[in-house]
Amino acid sequence: MMRAFSDTLWRRPRLTIALLLAPPLIWLGVVYLGALAALLAQSFFSIDHFTGQVNRDLTLATYAELLRASNLDIILRTVTMAALVTLASAVIAFPIAWYAARHARGRWKALFYLGVMMPLWSSYLVKVYSWKLILAREGILTWGAEKLHLAWALNGWLALPVVGGNSLSVSATGTFVVFVYVWLPYMILPVQAALERVPPSMLEASGDLGAKPFQTLRHVLLPLAMPGVVAGSIFTFSLTLGDYIIPGIIGSSRRFIGQAVYEQQGVAGNTPLAAAFAMVPILIMAAYLWAAKKQGAFNAL
Amino acid sequence: MSAVSFDGVSRHFGPVRAVDAVSLDIAEGEFFAMLGPSGSGKTTCLRLIAGFERPSAGVIRLFGAAVQDQPPYRRPVNTVFQDYALFPHLNVRDNVAYGLMIAGQNRADRHRAADEALEMVRLSGYGARKPSALSGGQRQRVALARALVMKPRVLLLDEPLGALDLKLREQMQDELKTLQRQLGITFIFVTHDQGEALSMADRVAVFNEGRILQTGTPETVYFRPDVPFVADFVGSSNILPAPLVARLTGTHAAAALRPEALRIADAGPLRATVTALSFLGTATRVVLEAEGTRLTALLAKGAPRPAPGDTVALAWDAGDLHLMAGA
Repeated sequence: MMRAFSDTLWRRPRLTIALLLAPPLIWLGVVYLGALAALLAQSFFSIDHFTGQVNRDLTLATYAELLRASNLDIILRTVTMAALVTLASAVIAFPIAWYAARHARGRWKALFYLGVMMPLWSSYLVKVYSWKLILAREGILTWGAEKLHLAWALNGWLALPVVGGNSLSVSATGTFVVFVYVWLPYMILPVQAALERVPPSMLEASGDLGAKPFQTLRHVLLPLAMPGVVAGSIFTFSLTLGDYIIPGIIGSSRRFIGQAVYEQQGVAGNTPLAAAFAMVPILIMAAYLWAAKKQGAFNAL
Repeated sequence: MSAVSFDGVSRHFGPVRAVDAVSLDIAEGEFFAMLGPSGSGKTTCLRLIAGFERPSAGVIRLFGAAVQDQPPYRRPVNTVFQDYALFPHLNVRDNVAYGLMIAGQNRADRHRAADEALEMVRLSGYGARKPSALSGGQRQRVALARALVMKPRVLLLDEPLGALDLKLREQMQDELKTLQRQLGITFIFVTHDQGEALSMADRVAVFNEGRILQTGTPETVYFRPDVPFVADFVGSSNILPAPLVARLTGTHAAAALRPEALRIADAGPLRATVTALSFLGTATRVVLEAEGTRLTALLAKGAPRPAPGDTVALAWDAGDLHLMAGA
């Protein structure tokens, strides 16, 4: 019986693939895409503000509400934060990934993986609360700045509008720092994988043809690493767009999309508006990927 | 003035002496081959000229100027890489124009120059394709065009024909030779294929274990090897051990005897037993054993063919037995 079964699989490779893919495809189709469709549908409903009941007639009223100044503010703030976090992660990740891909061997490579992955082993909440202590007015950063006689710089920065606040832990700067810290491994790993696939001879060829190291970086290495950077930025960008815990613990009282979704569907009970908010990151990511493809980010794949 | 000169150049990787005190002079306009087995240091020598490696000791001169402290992008040499190293994100024309783009040439000029270079390697009309859409031979020619468009004074080729099939390889050998004669620039190429080295180069340096054992014209290294390694590596000469040569000639030294110089005769100085025969098309290869030494003879078409197990007499012209210094 088993033998006949495995012989059949051997003769019909397509059947094998179909059997292997069916469970994940069903899961993806029903649970993920289904939920997404339900979400999309919700966003076209509206809420009766007197009764608090969801009105199941299709309308664009919820989207109109989304475009109110205070809500647009939330969207703009979240997108700006996600873009800055992504940019900073890419800039910090690149040299680390480069070192790991090109220079680290044996034990150093193991150390690199350990260093990148270890923060992922501990709870995200523990890390965020640790940062709350680090960034607090009584925390090590303020202390260090004082010892280095740089307190004026820190206070100057905190006095700035938008990015500043009473202390780093209640400023947008703090939110930014923690976002970068928490999502950095998701940028390093794909960039490292992309850099590892670039043959050393490619860089030598560039130098051989007269390119100085910086020109090689710009004309050869960055284009070839782009698929990795884009893959990493999908993580950092979308994770920042959707997160509601970090800005809730660290940062000013100005809200982000994730917090808005949380409040609208929980406290306020306005599921349609929450759904409309949730559509924003999805649309932004779709536009981002489309633009990246247009720019040729995946040409080297 | 020599195009390239090495003066006591070494390159060590930890305890490994990849290149060990090599001195070398390559004349301007020469087609020079670096021949040797893998790990013999020939590729490291090429990389030292290009600037991808720095010597642990010694001086490297290009046209008289010491360059061992100069990065690759300052040296008047260009390289055709073994794996071609074409940029996958650029099309063929932009690959060829890359060096000119770096040099700051405007788009129209560099594209014109790239198209001319592509024409020279007979790839006109392929400019808009991606390297991934080309065959191995075509990629190789793009790599060649990309290096030549820079008008280097020395062109370095690392196993340029290694990845091509036999027919393409022979065709490219002829093309490279013609190209080198037309352009008149110095070509230095690395190969482990002795046939390729002998047929293309003006001069050959034979490498082993990080050292150059012999440098000379193809005829010299083929017919008058200095040491047994060269005799064996360049065309698999028979090497007669010193005691046997002493008995045959009176001189105590190892000697090289080309397979094609051996004849099966009615009478001769050496008797041997035939152990195997193989038909090669233009000739028959005969493996023999004489006094504990394994010998190979190449019999021309039409010569009488012995059978395995036969005992035959071997003869050769006295001038073909080449005595060697190192034993």
